[in-house]
Amino acid sequence: MTTEHDLEEGRRNVREEMAPTGIGPSGFIPSSEGEFESASHAEPKAHSQWALFRRRFLRHRVAVFSIFVLLFLVIVCFGANYFAPFKNTDQDLLLGPVQPNGTHWFGTDELGRDQLSRILYAGQISLKIGFAVAIISTVVGTAVGAIAGYFGKATDQALMRITDLFLIVPSIAILAMALQLWGHTDSVIILVLAGLFWMYVARVVRGEVLSLKEKEFIEAARAAGASPTRIIVRHIIPNIFGSIMVNTTLGVAGAIIAESTLSFLGFGVQPPQTSWGSMLSDAEGYVGTSKAYLIYAPGIMILITVLAVNFIGDGLRDAFDPQSEKH
Amino acid sequence: MTTPSDDLQPVELTVDATAPRITDDSVPVLSVRDLTVEFKTDDGLLRAVDHVSFDVHHNETLGIVGESGSGKSVTSMAILGLLPTSAKITGEVVFRGEQILGLPEKRLDKLRGSKIAMVFQDALAALNPVQKVGKQIEEAIEVHQDLNASERRARTIELLEIVGIPNPTQRVDQYPHEYSGGMRQRAMIAMAISNDPDLLIADEPTTALDVTIQAQVLEVLERIQDRTESSIMLITHDLGVVAGVADRVIVMYAGRHVEVGTVDQIFYEPRHPYAEGLLASLPRLDRRSDKNNRLHRILGQPPSLIFLPPGCAFHPRCPLAEVPGICDTEIPELRLVGPTHWSACHFAEKMAENAELALGAPEGTP
Amino acid sequence: MLTYISRRTLYSIPVILIAAFLLFWFVRASFDPCARARASKDVTAVSRCRDEFHLNEPVTTQFGRWLGDAVQGDLGQSERTNDSVQSMLQRAMWFTVQLIFWGILVSAILSIALGVYSAIRQYSIGDYTFTALSFIGLAMPPFWFGLLAIQFLAVGPKTWFHLDQPWLYFVGLHGSGKTGFNLDYARHLVLPVLTLTVQIIAEWSRFQRASMLDVMSADYIRTARAKGVPRRKVVVKHALRNALIPLVTVMALDIGALFGGLIITEEIFSIPGMGRLFIDALTAGDAPVLVAWTVVTAIFVVLFNLIADVLYGVLDPRIRLT
Repeated sequence: MTTEHDLEEGRRNVREEMAPTGIGPSGFIPSSEGEFESASHAEPKAHSQWALFRRRFLRHRVAVFSIFVLLFLVIVCFGANYFAPFKNTDQDLLLGPVQPNGTHWFGTDELGRDQLSRILYAGQISLKIGFAVAIISTVVGTAVGAIAGYFGKATDQALMRITDLFLIVPSIAILAMALQLWGHTDSVIILVLAGLFWMYVARVVRGEVLSLKEKEFIEAARAAGASPTRIIVRHIIPNIFGSIMVNTTLGVAGAIIAESTLSFLGFGVQPPQTSWGSMLSDAEGYVGTSKAYLIYAPGIMILITVLAVNFIGDGLRDAFDPQSEKH
Repeated sequence: MTTPSDDLQPVELTVDATAPRITDDSVPVLSVRDLTVEFKTDDGLLRAVDHVSFDVHHNETLGIVGESGSGKSVTSMAILGLLPTSAKITGEVVFRGEQILGLPEKRLDKLRGSKIAMVFQDALAALNPVQKVGKQIEEAIEVHQDLNASERRARTIELLEIVGIPNPTQRVDQYPHEYSGGMRQRAMIAMAISNDPDLLIADEPTTALDVTIQAQVLEVLERIQDRTESSIMLITHDLGVVAGVADRVIVMYAGRHVEVGTVDQIFYEPRHPYAEGLLASLPRLDRRSDKNNRLHRILGQPPSLIFLPPGCAFHPRCPLAEVPGICDTEIPELRLVGPTHWSACHFAEKMAENAELALGAPEGTP
Repeated sequence: MLTYISRRTLYSIPVILIAAFLLFWFVRASFDPCARARASKDVTAVSRCRDEFHLNEPVTTQFGRWLGDAVQGDLGQSERTNDSVQSMLQRAMWFTVQLIFWGILVSAILSIALGVYSAIRQYSIGDYTFTALSFIGLAMPPFWFGLLAIQFLAVGPKTWFHLDQPWLYFVGLHGSGKTGFNLDYARHLVLPVLTLTVQIIAEWSRFQRASMLDVMSADYIRTARAKGVPRRKVVVKHALRNALIPLVTVMALDIGALFGGLIITEEIFSIPGMGRLFIDALTAGDAPVLVAWTVVTAIFVVLFNLIADVLYGVLDPRIRLT
């Protein structure tokens, strides 16, 4: 008998496994007989796990390039005091809005503020929120998922029911209401976003732990008298580190988009603080006018950052999970 | 109750109507020459099949034996043109006088399922899970024969009956997951014989089955061959299966054929140490495999097809190998070592002498 | 099947009730329904208001009252407009349903076509192009895409070609004083539908590609080829039929989430749907609307979850819904 819960699980698993990149075996290779697997696994020299991982990651050119892009963004944004041509708050009311030119690469806004400088400073907020949310939700999600998966039974049931509840209501609505309630400072935004992101990590980790805890080496550790904490920290987490990392990168991308969306709607970062999303919120009214240039740069920054993070995640996935590798 | 021969009457008729059968025994139904299949991988060129040549004669059952990775399945896929386009295939595959390697898809589609049909291993995976079994058999008929829907259905029920599926009128409307393992394999066979093929390629048809069911499925194959005079290429890793049904045997190792001969020759006078090792690893009642009554095993692992050992690919595992020497420098060619008996071992003759000595010894001792 | 549906519906009721209670509680704690009364100088107004909403009772009792009314179709009155919440939701829902219908239609057709194409022409130039586009589509903030669409597809052409009217409109779903499903409607619909579909198409087409590749490497596809079934027919009859099963269930789930998920699109294109209603209610602190809105959208998510499961059972004979 198929219970509705199993069914739901199965469907989710299908989605989680297939959705991201979906590079499966091609054509009509006879997969029933392990002819190719046995051949490609037997390599002349033994590689260490790490070397193998690095080799696979480096083969993903776009991912490697994306790392440099992301590093560059982080350096120029957080070093904005050195790199920004103007101060964040510098106004030049006499100058007013000007089109992009040699002095003001991205132009200036109504108050004569240099857009490039504003973007660099705003990037600090956007990046900070993105990374903080990803890290917090990864830590919390991993802990909860590992506990639920390892101990199972009531703990597991309770966790999954809570997750279900959260997934029922549109998250943007919950976020907006929560921020309206608790205020709009960065730390509140980070905590609220993390509060809605950890469940995805928890679910993935739980699934992996469930299958992993049946493995012989875990049973061996248990038989040897290792404590659950030790087993989870020393044996389970290292083995699922790959998928945790991949989910962290997905979290960064998701958090940056969520923050910008909230700020665009006016429920996120509030002035005088600026993020890329709130800059776009300010510029919304200029669409279709001569000042439309104000909508390009902040959006491009979000796009590039999220793209870079997603590509890195893709590279990590390929490196950690050889099954998803291209032929 | 109809007799089996009555059942099979229409099978013969439909074929006679389309093309006359070549009954000349001297012309092989299928002739493979220097078939080589290569795949590009990240680690280098993988040669799955390496200059394999053989004939399949009329009404004959040819066994192809080897372990995983020996290239036997890839060989059959190459014959039917079912390998991915990334595979580089060279050589000749001549089916009833026509070179079919590299034929355009449209021409191949005409052959597939009608003249050359295939029975796959693991019928659960090989049948479409969301289509009724009957529909899947009907589809094979629909592609190649000009029958209307009710005729196709009648024929499908008849085919199910031929392969020994009880209650075919009900079973025809069931899904694969509602069949038992043995029945699914029978349904696969019914599908394969639906257009009365000249050549039936059976790829590990019994591997996923219980021993008793294995015997039944093999029996179905034999019975069908008796009635339709088709040829069968039986691909398996199980020498026991081959012993029961095959006329001739090809032993493959690492993409190459290492020994070819009649069943009796392979079983009683093996002329390749790999074939000998395979035989010795079979549990047998009529002969003790060694003094301790333990099963013999071939030491080591099958080689990587990308990094093949130099010379004879079997030499790292071979008890007869002279290393360093001829075995790790020269690739042994397949050569005639007896009537209808070929071997690709540098020491095939020495094996023959040893065998004679071993046979002679017990007679000499009182 | 019927037993399954009724059993699942029964199972959904407590889930919705718990969710509704939590949401009710959350909104009660966050938004003071008597904010207006407080603002007015009338001293008794506040206590009258508190009595009206029974704010002195425990939150569970309040919820019980709300639920009792809600079941009878009375969702209360809006703080902001004094309108009946139920009729506000109905009006808003109609606009959102139109967007969802057209958006899903376009997304489904395009993503199935793209996914199948990319899978059967894996690693072709077309596949790489669509892969790159889908990466961009997934990384593009939807609201920014909406702004760009207005800039380049509505205002842009108008200025470049000196038109009196843009080809595509970006405010509402009808011109002023116009109604009905006509050219005017279509010209209003293009940009919002485009904006809401970009991410969906990017996601679904990737999913369909993966699902298709998975199926194409299945043994039964090889069997069909070995039967002599032409490749095109194998792709449609065997591969696509099987590859659609997971996609259809994912589609159902995503549709359920759209009823409360079009906030961005409706905000940018000033369409008075569910999303706009939420933003307006949130900005005004309109508690009765917020409670009703969150509960209704939650019900849609649960409903489409059920639809997804039933579809799965219908499409895959191996699944027996009991």
